[in-house]
Amino acid sequence: MVDLRVNLAGIELDNPVIPASGTFGYGYEFAELYDINCLGTFSFKGTTREPRFGNPTPRIAECSAGMLNAVGLQNPGVERTLSEELPKLKTCFHKPVMANVSGFSVEEYAYTCARLDKAEQVGWLEVNISCPNVHNGGMSFGVCPEAAAAVTRAVKAVTAKPVFMKLSPNVTDIASIAKACQDAGADGISLINTLLGMRIDLKSRKPLLANGTGGFSGRAVLPVALRMVYQVYEAVDIPVIGMGGVSSAEDAVEMMLAGATAVEVGAANLVNPFVCKEIIDQLPEVMVKYGIHSLKEIIGGAHHG
Amino acid sequence: MKQLLYTITGNRELVPGVWEMTLGGDTSPITKPGQFVNIQLDGFFLRRPISVCDWDRDSLKIIYKVVGKGTAAMSGMQPGQKLDVLSGLGNGFDTAKCGQRTAVIGGGAGVPPMYGLAKALLGAGKTPIAVLGFNTAGEVFYEEQFRNLGIETVVTTVDGSYGQKGFVTGALPRSYDYFCACGPLPMLKAVYSATTTSGLLSFEERMGCGFGACMGCSCKTKYGNKRICKDGPVLEKEEIIW
Repeated sequence: MVDLRVNLAGIELDNPVIPASGTFGYGYEFAELYDINCLGTFSFKGTTREPRFGNPTPRIAECSAGMLNAVGLQNPGVERTLSEELPKLKTCFHKPVMANVSGFSVEEYAYTCARLDKAEQVGWLEVNISCPNVHNGGMSFGVCPEAAAAVTRAVKAVTAKPVFMKLSPNVTDIASIAKACQDAGADGISLINTLLGMRIDLKSRKPLLANGTGGFSGRAVLPVALRMVYQVYEAVDIPVIGMGGVSSAEDAVEMMLAGATAVEVGAANLVNPFVCKEIIDQLPEVMVKYGIHSLKEIIGGAHHG
Repeated sequence: MKQLLYTITGNRELVPGVWEMTLGGDTSPITKPGQFVNIQLDGFFLRRPISVCDWDRDSLKIIYKVVGKGTAAMSGMQPGQKLDVLSGLGNGFDTAKCGQRTAVIGGGAGVPPMYGLAKALLGAGKTPIAVLGFNTAGEVFYEEQFRNLGIETVVTTVDGSYGQKGFVTGALPRSYDYFCACGPLPMLKAVYSATTTSGLLSFEERMGCGFGACMGCSCKTKYGNKRICKDGPVLEKEEIIW
């Protein structure tokens, strides 16, 4: 028997597979297809203090082995998330869920996290300081160690739940930002958010996305994500959630070898809605194939010896 | 929605650049005209959402226009090939809302779902009237299929090379008590303004997932934010914000 369990900042997961924020809504669409309680947990749609419609459409553009999105944090706001989405989620998901939070000021991050701290269903806060699709917020906090630390401190002051800071790959030195978050009290690091990208329509000679730029994700970004998870694992002592291009059980194992305690799956959910269940189902076979008895043993395995 | 493997049983060009593909398999997830399927293609990351034109218990027809590399690849596919399809997506047209004399208005690549709708209305004992708009004579397809349903069918072309010259809005029936429309955005806007009754309009948008997860195709309506793929593609005239 193989052991898929991992411990994520004090909470045990049945397995390390976590659908990433923004690709899984609040889980309902997927709960119609399979029992989502098979997941380690999932990270729900990025939540802000106020409701947001997000960016104009088109918000999606295809790329080779990936896609661009510029959704722009569409969400019903933290109050409706607490009063409507979480009670509805309770009917189909019975494990602690990960609350993904975004904001446009340090105060806003703290406010939204303080509100979500009260929700019993929420196991972890994943604080997105890396959204590339909103202006004057989001990613601007994740590209500078001081700003990342300021958000971390403000959030840690208002919650007892483990806080994972979700980092942007659009930086020159990811390790310094991860380290700044750790020093400010973060319980873990999530990475990578999407890579800033663009596509241009040959006929109209204009960007395909109404927002101009968007976040690149999908299979193509896996090597970039692996490299950054590897670097961050070396720089910090807190757990890392690895994501970026993961679409198979082998990818998940590779991400854990790079240093991830748990693995988020993003764009792949949009193409194959069953992908997370399939990864969980295939992990035991892949583990046997590579002589892995317990997933806990392989975290950061690529760094040793 | 179900993820299914469909087998291509036919794939033919109706007019230059417009293809009709027949697929065999379980069609149980398709319950309303105007729903769509989302097709995975080898070598392409995102699926291709295509409206269902017609279906029975174990086969369905889709009609697609070659507009990019994905649809070009589809046009090269042969009978016997299998396709991974998310089937029965979107809300579709609610025929219960339609009147006895519903104007069924399709423009170009928006014509196909109106065929399934016309059939469903006939099946519900109603008398639909079809208005089909194209740019020019060489682009007209499915006129015969609509006529073979035994319904009044008017074809318009913008350049007047076939049927009535002009836009669909110039060929609306003298009397109708409801309308359903699918076509390019400018056509939908014109139909919205020209029609005097309630109606349903089917919208197109670039999609990520096609089943409501990614918020890639959101729009604002008077009834709140909606996802074209999950809460649409069919919206009520009264809720639309242009």
